[in-house]
Amino acid sequence: MNKNVTVRDAGDVKVLDLKGKITIGAGDLHMREAIHQTLAGGAKKILINMKEVTTIDSTGVGELVGCYTTATNKGAKLRLANLPEKINDVLTVTQLITVFDVYTSEAEALEGF
Amino acid sequence: MTESSRSPVVLWLSSRYENIELAMAALEEVSRNSGIENDMEHWIGMALREAVANAIKHGNRQDPEKRVMVSFDVKGDDITIRVGDEGPGFDSGSVADPLAPENQLRPSGRGIFYMKTFMDLVTFQNGDGGGGTIVTMTKNFKNKKP
Repeated sequence: MNKNVTVRDAGDVKVLDLKGKITIGAGDLHMREAIHQTLAGGAKKILINMKEVTTIDSTGVGELVGCYTTATNKGAKLRLANLPEKINDVLTVTQLITVFDVYTSEAEALEGF
Repeated sequence: MTESSRSPVVLWLSSRYENIELAMAALEEVSRNSGIENDMEHWIGMALREAVANAIKHGNRQDPEKRVMVSFDVKGDDITIRVGDEGPGFDSGSVADPLAPENQLRPSGRGIFYMKTFMDLVTFQNGDGGGGTIVTMTKNFKNKKP
């Protein structure tokens, strides 16, 4: 695993805690690898906790979109939780906030997953 | 004289993604010296990040021998940032709309949209002979968040 992503279990949900910058050359590929490894391990429910993400750029957003598509194609569900305000704004202006399954807290995201 | 004006700050970076952070550090310094507040610096930084990443990736194709020029120029309440590359040139009119339903799930194509969203004015200019692209981005930093 790497410094940007840690993976833990919450019941049958794999929770990925992202940290720091999810930007080109600095965390984007780490996130993709972690999500793809989690999917390859058979996970069907993935929660991405973005509480400690400080910055995301278009490449990071693109990776999130790609992972969402990959998860959906594999019959898995992917949810996002704890988006910092500025990360929320970045997803809102490109209208992706309505594409992703976004929750304000981890508890809320886990409920009914 | 009530209007602040300083000499432009100019950086030349080799085409490596880690050098984006040097441009960000320069923005931080320029912001501190120009009274640009943290929130505003964040959004300007978002546009800067996209512009430098584009110059490295699409312009200079990550060739570390090719350089990216970044300049910061503050006049009054406006900051103008220029980012230039040594690539083959760029047709900004060819960029697809990332908000179009057919593009919404594309993994790329949002960088210029973010630049235009977070800055007041963004223009692209190809260099002499069609080589290289210079993107010029201006923001009135006394305006509130975009």
